[in-house]
Amino acid sequence: MTALAGLIRKEVYHILRDRRTLVVIVALPVLQVILFGYAIRTDVDRVRLAVVDPSPDPMTLALRARLDAAGVFEIVTVSPTMDAIEPLFRRGEAQGAIVFEPDFAEHAGRGVPASLLIVADATEPNTGSIVQAYASAVVQAYEQEQTTRSRVVRIAPAVRMRFNPTRRSSNLFVPGLMAFVLTIVSSLMTAISLTREKETGTLEALLVSPLRPWQIIAGKVAPYVVVGFASVVGVIVEARLVFGVPLRGSAALLLAEGVLFILVSLSLGILISARTSSQRVAMLGALVGTMLPTMLLSGFIFPIESMPAPLRAISAVVPARWFVLVARSVMLKGTGLAYLWPATLILLAMALALLAASTRAFHERLEA
Amino acid sequence: MSDAPGGAAIDAHDLTRRFGSFTAVDRVTFAVRRGEVFGFLGANGAGKTTAIRMLTGLLSPSGGRATVAGHDVARDAERVKRDIGYMSQRFSLYEDLTVRENIRLYGGIYDLADREIRDRTARMLGRLGLEHAADSLVRAIPLGWRQKLAFSVALLHEPRVVFLDEPTSGVDPITRRQFWELIYEAAAAGTTVLVTTHYMDEAEYCDRISIMVAGRIAALGAPAELKARFQAPSIDDLFVRLARPAQ
Repeated sequence: MTALAGLIRKEVYHILRDRRTLVVIVALPVLQVILFGYAIRTDVDRVRLAVVDPSPDPMTLALRARLDAAGVFEIVTVSPTMDAIEPLFRRGEAQGAIVFEPDFAEHAGRGVPASLLIVADATEPNTGSIVQAYASAVVQAYEQEQTTRSRVVRIAPAVRMRFNPTRRSSNLFVPGLMAFVLTIVSSLMTAISLTREKETGTLEALLVSPLRPWQIIAGKVAPYVVVGFASVVGVIVEARLVFGVPLRGSAALLLAEGVLFILVSLSLGILISARTSSQRVAMLGALVGTMLPTMLLSGFIFPIESMPAPLRAISAVVPARWFVLVARSVMLKGTGLAYLWPATLILLAMALALLAASTRAFHERLEA
Repeated sequence: MSDAPGGAAIDAHDLTRRFGSFTAVDRVTFAVRRGEVFGFLGANGAGKTTAIRMLTGLLSPSGGRATVAGHDVARDAERVKRDIGYMSQRFSLYEDLTVRENIRLYGGIYDLADREIRDRTARMLGRLGLEHAADSLVRAIPLGWRQKLAFSVALLHEPRVVFLDEPTSGVDPITRRQFWELIYEAAAAGTTVLVTTHYMDEAEYCDRISIMVAGRIAALGAPAELKARFQAPSIDDLFVRLARPAQ
């Protein structure tokens, strides 16, 4: 075991003395949380909203007050007809409009669905859809509140939104970001540091020593597991402190799944380095083989449901997709292992298969 | 092998390695005595590296057999690895570790006790005159010293056989000379040395040499004996004459 301890110590020295890489490892997750949280966020606030209310009644007034109080909308004008709204849209002075039908309260009170039109400026599709979502959420909440046993209030349309009722994009990107950061630390760093040893010839010295291949791999990988683990904890804490992203489920479960995902990524890194002989090629391999799929096909940025079938099929073999699913469920819904075991099993199977493949690739390389 | 007693340090018999239809090492037979400095020559691609990889347990032979330090390389690779040292042309020290850290790392890899590592480190640094640089990063010390240090680290666990793969490439003549003094010292202490080189003057320093051409040993013997047998004025001439038809 002293040999392994020595190898790990040596790897720690490598990490600590390569200042530039260390800064990247430490600063990247911190920066990305900030970047995704502020610059790239898809949230909207102070959306300029126009209201068309032909016959103001207690119900429309209450709804207007709610929309105003939601913190997202700024009601720029209230008008009895649609005509006044059109120019506002054209000039960009309104980004959305809520149109009540006449006799809104009367319809709703009779149990007839009272119709309400949500108009959004779709030149910014993202803002448009979010306006729609926020407005629907406000309306729906009001509808539920007003409905009692004796009185049924129905308002159409209604879109159901749960778990992330405020539609905060930080809630959605943080789990994906964890996957991304782990991929960088685990796959990329492992691949680079192993190929560096190939380039400098030190790997050969290790290979002719009595060390077993698993010891060489374990010595290489162990420090990066710690670094990856620390990054995940850092991202969770930062997301919570800066953006108030919740952790509703078990922290232990989330971290355990994190370790599982780290193992998958590390094996991928070893696999990549076994097949490449220069740091540059390894970096490219890690980029194309792990980081791009994590970015594009894990549901981190683009929802998997809206992908065409072939891409959806491909995403099933992207490990990050399953980790993002698990992390989102644990963090936002508080889901436990009882529901997450299929995804966990998939990750476990991937970890075992990739570890076996990477150890074999390592052996094969020796024979070439 | 008339000149190799039963307990040869390296004993290869019909050692063969094929990659698909290509035979990189073709029925190579030779033996190296204990404490001998054996030069392993050959043009690039002649099969030297493949042969060394088999002898160091990195590559399994396709045919024939070989023992190193008394252990069969195919069946007992783990024990071979304990009894050999290795230093490659490309260096085997970590440049971002200090001299002392490198020594400690390799000492640990070969299961030396901490005390033993400390003692041997002190002795080695004293012998090399490197005490002042013990805590400098390897990348900060001159190439010649790095090379000598790498050799000493390869001998740290007192292996019975040491393989040196072009250990002096890129080193100035004075340092090369000093390096060979270290090799003789090790051989005098009973360590068997197998060394590959492209410097023909170095070939003359060896007790015996073999010249590999296209996977086979084309000549084997003491330098003086080979020059006489092939009527060549120098090993350089002999090497060029033997190696050329293969290119």
